[in-house]
Amino acid sequence: MIRAILPIAIFSVLAGFLYVGLYKDPSLVPSPLIGKPIPSFQLSTLKDADAIITQENFKGEIALINVWGTWCVACKQEHAALVYIADKKNIPIYGLNYKDDREMAKQWLVDYGDPYVMSAFDASGRIAIDFGVYGAPETFLIDDKGIIRHKLVGIMTADVWEQQFVPKIKLIQQGQ
Amino acid sequence: MQMNVLSQQFAKVLLSVLLVMFMSVQLSAQLIEIKPEYQQRYHAILEELRCLVCQNQTLADSSSELATDLRVEVKNMLEDGRADQEILDFMSARYGDFVLYNPPVKSHTLFLWLGPFVFMLIGVIAALIIVSKRSKSEQGITDEQQQRVKELLNKK
Repeated sequence: MIRAILPIAIFSVLAGFLYVGLYKDPSLVPSPLIGKPIPSFQLSTLKDADAIITQENFKGEIALINVWGTWCVACKQEHAALVYIADKKNIPIYGLNYKDDREMAKQWLVDYGDPYVMSAFDASGRIAIDFGVYGAPETFLIDDKGIIRHKLVGIMTADVWEQQFVPKIKLIQQGQ
Repeated sequence: MQMNVLSQQFAKVLLSVLLVMFMSVQLSAQLIEIKPEYQQRYHAILEELRCLVCQNQTLADSSSELATDLRVEVKNMLEDGRADQEILDFMSARYGDFVLYNPPVKSHTLFLWLGPFVFMLIGVIAALIIVSKRSKSEQGITDEQQQRVKELLNKK
């Protein structure tokens, strides 16, 4: 009896693992920064090379921090969704412009709309390393105390917003 | 003769392709100039870290832009006199334990560490059971069979 069942059991377990694995994206790595305050930094703003911006500018209310660059094709794909969220969803979006050219980035915001309250200009990408960025676009959700509560690697869409961000925002609003 | 020349040419092309591939790996790790006294530790640390952009490559092998930035970061930290462990901690604090090719033993990595031993134990137990069963079932041969063996052997 056991002789017949055992191989089938082992096969089923293995097949089960592999089946689940099929639908997992190995490029999504859980961020160790979740539950931690946003990293401190000091950069210039995108629009004014003389204006200084720090992590304190991002804090104060529930907000999104979006890592973007004009060289990043997926950033262009998600841009309309960000403009929509900024416009309709009553949540500030801050930008972290990543390894970009200042003039090109400014022009991009003119061309495609500017969803950002303000963008920090991280030309070297050094601050993005502190944020654990490994593939733009990335979007962080921070709570009113500046603690990172969620991180999205990849494109923001209306669905992603509803499924991943809205429930988390509700939790924060309930004080959890 | 014709074939011979062709295969020689093919071998040459293959060899140069392989060499170029090898060079590019070497180059990406060496583009960054580092003081000779740090060379050894620098390369050892890069081999310990995974590039998150091309996940099956180490920071030493990867030619992605992020890997280049992180190599600069490692270099700077070494030259600042930071310890190897501090540099690995710096990386895992930002990118998670996943960047470490040698992940620490934690509750969620326990299976990773103990799994192979568990499977080995299962294998050894299974082997022992099978062997002991087999030796029990081999009762030796009967006299009749013995007689037949002799007959067959002496036939010639």
